[in-house]
Amino acid sequence: MTHFSSVLVFALFASVVFGITQREAPKQMVRYGIYCFVLFTGSAVVLSWLMFLIAR
Amino acid sequence: MATTPNKIATGKDTAQGFVYLPLIAGWLVPGAGHFLLRKWGRGALLSASILGMFVMGIAMQGKIYGGAHDILDMLGLAGDLGNGLLYIVSRALGYGSEQVQVTTADYGTRFIVVAGLLNVIAAVDAHNLRTGRKA
Repeated sequence: MTHFSSVLVFALFASVVFGITQREAPKQMVRYGIYCFVLFTGSAVVLSWLMFLIAR
Repeated sequence: MATTPNKIATGKDTAQGFVYLPLIAGWLVPGAGHFLLRKWGRGALLSASILGMFVMGIAMQGKIYGGAHDILDMLGLAGDLGNGLLYIVSRALGYGSEQVQVTTADYGTRFIVVAGLLNVIAAVDAHNLRTGRKA
């Protein structure tokens, strides 16, 4: 399993739980779940590039 | 289409039965709190997510904390304990590695800890549904 696929799996599972537990209506749950997934993966990509640039 | 009211959250039903049962069941078995409240879809998704994360953590040779030697171990142990029966059974069966030696094992350790924390969130959500704090 690659680092990025680990990030994707982690983001998927955590987003499902966040979506269900933090919102009440099913539509809101889906939207919040997608929002969390994008934030998880997006922040991982951005932080990875930052660390790459700092390490150079 | 009109939505049906949440019977558990209304009237006298909130006073009946043991209020903390969904919380305890949800902590012991991921998704069980929601299943008790007949929230089948939510329970199945929560169960699949938490179990999936825990199993992947084990598959990545993640460490299961058995004791606490410093503050980080204590936090890891607290997270692991959130897994309820999964933690107890996996400790009894000797799953998980004692030492983190490869990078994926470090990820696996985090997966197991986060699975426990997510399980606590799910159990509290079941409790909120039971008490009527959440619809």
